[in-house]
Amino acid sequence: MTTTSLTQSRGAGRAGDKVFSGAALAAGCLILAVLFGVALFLVIQAIPALVASPDQIQGGEGFFAYIWPIVIGTLIAAVIALVIATPVAIGVALFISHFAPRGLASGLGYVIDLLAAIPSVVYGAWGAAFLAKEISPAYEWLAANMGWLPIFQGPASATGKTILTAGIVLSVMVLPIITSLSREIFLQTPKLHEEAALALGATRWEMIKMAVLPFARPGIVSAVMLGLGRALGETMAVALVLSSGALTASLIQSGNQTIAAEIALNFPEASGLKVSTLIAAGLVLFVITLGVNMIARWIISRHKEFSGAN
Amino acid sequence: MTSTLTPPVRKRSALTKGQLPKFAPYVVLGLALVIGAAILALIGFNAFGWGIVSAILFTAGLVGWSAAAEGGRKAKDKLATCLVVGSFLVALLPLISVIWTVLVNGLPGLLDPGFLTTSMNGVTGAFDNKSVEEGAPVIGGIYHALLGTIQITLLATVISVPVGLLTAVYLVEYGEDRTLARAITFFVDVMTGIPSIVAGLFAAAFFFAVVGPGTKTGAVAAVALSVLMIPVVVRSSEEMLKIVPNELREAAYALGVRKWRTILKVVIPTAISGIASGVTLAIARVIGETAPILVTAGFATSINSNVFSGWMASLPTFIYTQILNPTSPSNPDPSSQRAWGAALVLIILVMLLNLGARLIARTFAPKTGR
Repeated sequence: MTTTSLTQSRGAGRAGDKVFSGAALAAGCLILAVLFGVALFLVIQAIPALVASPDQIQGGEGFFAYIWPIVIGTLIAAVIALVIATPVAIGVALFISHFAPRGLASGLGYVIDLLAAIPSVVYGAWGAAFLAKEISPAYEWLAANMGWLPIFQGPASATGKTILTAGIVLSVMVLPIITSLSREIFLQTPKLHEEAALALGATRWEMIKMAVLPFARPGIVSAVMLGLGRALGETMAVALVLSSGALTASLIQSGNQTIAAEIALNFPEASGLKVSTLIAAGLVLFVITLGVNMIARWIISRHKEFSGAN
Repeated sequence: MTSTLTPPVRKRSALTKGQLPKFAPYVVLGLALVIGAAILALIGFNAFGWGIVSAILFTAGLVGWSAAAEGGRKAKDKLATCLVVGSFLVALLPLISVIWTVLVNGLPGLLDPGFLTTSMNGVTGAFDNKSVEEGAPVIGGIYHALLGTIQITLLATVISVPVGLLTAVYLVEYGEDRTLARAITFFVDVMTGIPSIVAGLFAAAFFFAVVGPGTKTGAVAAVALSVLMIPVVVRSSEEMLKIVPNELREAAYALGVRKWRTILKVVIPTAISGIASGVTLAIARVIGETAPILVTAGFATSINSNVFSGWMASLPTFIYTQILNPTSPSNPDPSSQRAWGAALVLIILVMLLNLGARLIARTFAPKTGR
């Protein structure tokens, strides 16, 4: 039995291996458990609000009547943010990946990343104290000249604390997310495609239109969806900037509310059934953002398999 | 004879024919600035409007000239370039504006004596009214909030780093493309998108169910922040572990070193600079989170050095409450001065952490031998 000394392991090392791989596995499973736990505990704490009789919920008409105006408000704010941020973010990403001088590109990318580093509460304070004040003359003008459109119906808010201002602040916050993801995708464009286009006499813009954008389209879509996830869940910017109220179509009057801001404004003083109602609202927000993020990640992972072929 | 007397005419090269001269953008820019200033002078001058009008004039001028001299394709290229550069400049505007606003409004608060060393304990609206009406100095500071932020963030880091790092080790060293590993990767990505307020509600709901309704302490906030921090740590550590060369692992195995010792003594030390900078960036991300702390730790005005009991203040929630519920509702100015001072401190903290992450990554990066 001399061969056993090679195949037999000494106790200490083997135990170390088992403990370590076990700990690593446990940590991985813990993450899955946490995500599952988020859903589970939100549901448990939300049940009282979901089963309560309608007249006990704030507003007196049940949970559904309470939640749908703020779901719509959340969507309005997020859509405004994306409509503003998407073209600018793609432009910035193109600038850094294809237009800026090579030596400057990474430094400029870092400058844009600084936008992501600023805490959301500071954006909220900036939006409330600076942007809202500066932008209210523009709202007056919109109300006077474009008032026939329902979204610009007057009278404009004198303080400028409207859903449009909140949307603009949100757009600044999602810009770095969309930019950094699209930039990564643009840089992955096969060099041969770009050079082939340039060799055929294409200008830089034609090269981008023919080689870069078609390649990057799925990546851009998922970047925008991740930005959407961030815009849906952002709390402080809206809580500080928006002077909330009932659901209104006009973007330049005060009014509307988002789920996240509703929770932040009311949770600290809430008790009893109100806590359950707010947690149920959080559950709705969680389900919406989870859906958006899963679709975005699914698009990215599908895209990865394609681009591997290059 | 005549040919020697006339000076030679400098002909443009056939290669550069039909192109705008090199100086064209500068000429157009100068003209656009001058004309823009003139237009703005007529309707009332302001720097922001001047920039916008000049940019539009510059784009129109350059594209128009190019269309006339070079044709439509080149003009379209110029237009695209202008739009792309313009969007970058537009993206810079809010960054500059935010930093400027915070600097201008925050410096007076920060320079107040005792701003960093006193709390808001006992500071009532009466003091604020007095400082506005009689010019007494603004009292009260952010010591309690600073202490709370540091404690909560530290506890969150202590929870997140082991879990995040071990998960990354599992994914890179043990996962081998198993279903579980792919599920973890996918859900970690999904977790990065959880709204911060939902993370806060989860921690609150968890502690309400386990400890008792209304449990709000710094530890609950730390759990909420961990939910946000773990995925960031996992992603950055995973990237760093992946780029450790396989030759190092194989060399260790060839010497008969066990896998766990290989990971602890070879793989992690090689990647430690990247991991440390990733962790620092994760801290920078969660240190500014407001919503999860608001719903989990409440807000306090006095110093609380125990994360496991009682409400706790933090810098972001301090800013939020000082703006939304000023200490003296009739004279909100001292409160907003304190809020901006705290915002300046918070931004400085975040920027230092970002800078620190870059320095760590650069200083402790392993020698690549190239």
